[in-house]
Amino acid sequence: MDRFAYILRRLVQAVPVVIGVTVLVFFMIHLVPGDPARTMLGVHATPQKVAALHHEWGLDKSIPEQYKLFMGRLLHGNLGDSLFYHVSARDLIWQRLPVTLWLIAYGTVLSVLIALPLATIAATRKDAVRDQAVRVVPLIGLGFPPFWLGIMLLLAFGLHLGRHFPVGGYGDGLFGHLNSMFLPALTVALGIAPILIRSLRASLLQVLESDYITTARSKGIPERRVLLRHALRNAVSSTVSVLGVNIGFLVGGTVVIEQVFALPGIGQLMLNSIFQRDFPVVQGVTLVFGIMVVLVYLATDVVHSLLDPRVRFD
Amino acid sequence: MTIAVAEGLTESLAVEHRGGFRRRWYRTPSFVAGVLIIGTIIALCLLAPVLTSHSPTDQDLNHILQGPSSEHWLGTDQLGRDEFARILYGGRVDLRVAFLAVLFPFVLGTTLGCIAGYYGRFMDTGIMRLVDVVVAFPFYVLVIALVFALGPGARSIYIAITLVGWVSYARILRGEILVAKRQEYILAAQAAGFRDFRIIVRHLLPNVITQAIVYAMSDIVLDILAIVTLGYLGLGIQPPTPDWGGMIADGQAFLTTKWELSTIPGVVVVITALGLSLIGDGLADLLRPE
Repeated sequence: MDRFAYILRRLVQAVPVVIGVTVLVFFMIHLVPGDPARTMLGVHATPQKVAALHHEWGLDKSIPEQYKLFMGRLLHGNLGDSLFYHVSARDLIWQRLPVTLWLIAYGTVLSVLIALPLATIAATRKDAVRDQAVRVVPLIGLGFPPFWLGIMLLLAFGLHLGRHFPVGGYGDGLFGHLNSMFLPALTVALGIAPILIRSLRASLLQVLESDYITTARSKGIPERRVLLRHALRNAVSSTVSVLGVNIGFLVGGTVVIEQVFALPGIGQLMLNSIFQRDFPVVQGVTLVFGIMVVLVYLATDVVHSLLDPRVRFD
Repeated sequence: MTIAVAEGLTESLAVEHRGGFRRRWYRTPSFVAGVLIIGTIIALCLLAPVLTSHSPTDQDLNHILQGPSSEHWLGTDQLGRDEFARILYGGRVDLRVAFLAVLFPFVLGTTLGCIAGYYGRFMDTGIMRLVDVVVAFPFYVLVIALVFALGPGARSIYIAITLVGWVSYARILRGEILVAKRQEYILAAQAAGFRDFRIIVRHLLPNVITQAIVYAMSDIVLDILAIVTLGYLGLGIQPPTPDWGGMIADGQAFLTTKWELSTIPGVVVVITALGLSLIGDGLADLLRPE
């Protein structure tokens, strides 16, 4: 199968998943106990307002008709109006999306920068003290609640060990963003780095025992060059895959971390909207997160196929 | 005859697992360390009424934000409640919810994984597409959204974690059954006319459940973190019931003056997660076929 056909096949496979994502998000409203409109309006519920919401959300229609209405609006980019801000939920999400994308990208880069050297250090001396030390990192690291890790980083680098980084906010300009978002991105990175270290170490160990590495060594190529030019290149391919598979975990972590660091992203918007009982915004953010992850899975598969041509023949 | 052999093989495999487990568990350091950590935490939580005379919910507004003392070993919070008592009683709540929250997705995922793997065709396609859809959502996003829709509290946590967590078990069981159902003892059982339910429950499950059990141990870690995170966000266990996540959130407002209010419950969560991870790693070693 050539590259184009592979990408096309993956695109076609993503379509039913995206439709499934919309169905699941659509059914969220029906999980709300009792009358969803009355529950969301809370103390502000009057018969007129409840009836208006029923009509707007289509709750006075049958389920298939409701879904048709939901999809019709969605295809026109209409996620409904915020009950709290009284503006389009799409506009609210659109304004805050760049912050979340920044955090995801920055966190991903930092996680690779942490995992790559540690995994290399461990794999080049299997079972040595440094390998044992690195192997402890995933064991402990995976048990850290992401938000608590953020609070501890704030405590250390934002308050007690000198005020090196801002304790909240998004910053202005590229360097402002890089500086302001360092601690949140580091928190995101530390959440996923243990998984990457474990995977990259295992891949490197496998690659370092393969015949072509033995051949390279027997030709007298310096160990550093064998590692950087031959081993890492192949090991990174499977790590991209692991990163892609776990990107959902990383993206989910940003919701809570935005709250800890007061970042005005869609995660914070979702949590604020939950406390304001603003259902259309919560529903819209959930949908955006779901579609974002499907797109990342797709991109990961394409990148993996470019790094490792064997993938396309599966 | 073949059926008798198949029954015997299944039984002997199960016995081998059990016998191997009994022989070797104390020689697996990670398992022993994990059991010691979790055993100690559970014992401390259960002995809470003996270890402290303070109630986790009683407020004492004359003694707010006190430092550690012989009266209050870990000090008091902003409402004068004893921190040590809140950690012990909070552990009771969080651990109970976490252990129960792993049971429901285990049962649902195992059932659906067995159906998908054994029957294949449209059953498999349908269940696996559902898995793809659930996996498309970030874990925390979907759990938070579901708890929002259902309302805060332990019941919503069970439902949300079940609806999100079953997919991993379904994937594991489906994969294992796809391989196991082509084994001769299963073909023999089918040829003998055994009912599908009997083949799945008596012959397939005992041979394929190991991986799901090992995964369940790491899943409890994820559940504990999710419960604590929901508590921190105010969507989990509701006040005045103590909860480690809620304690971290309460302490965050006093980070500059009373850093220990947020730090100590977090350290307890990390130690609990470490203990469970060690048990998981140990179980994976112990249950791996020799």
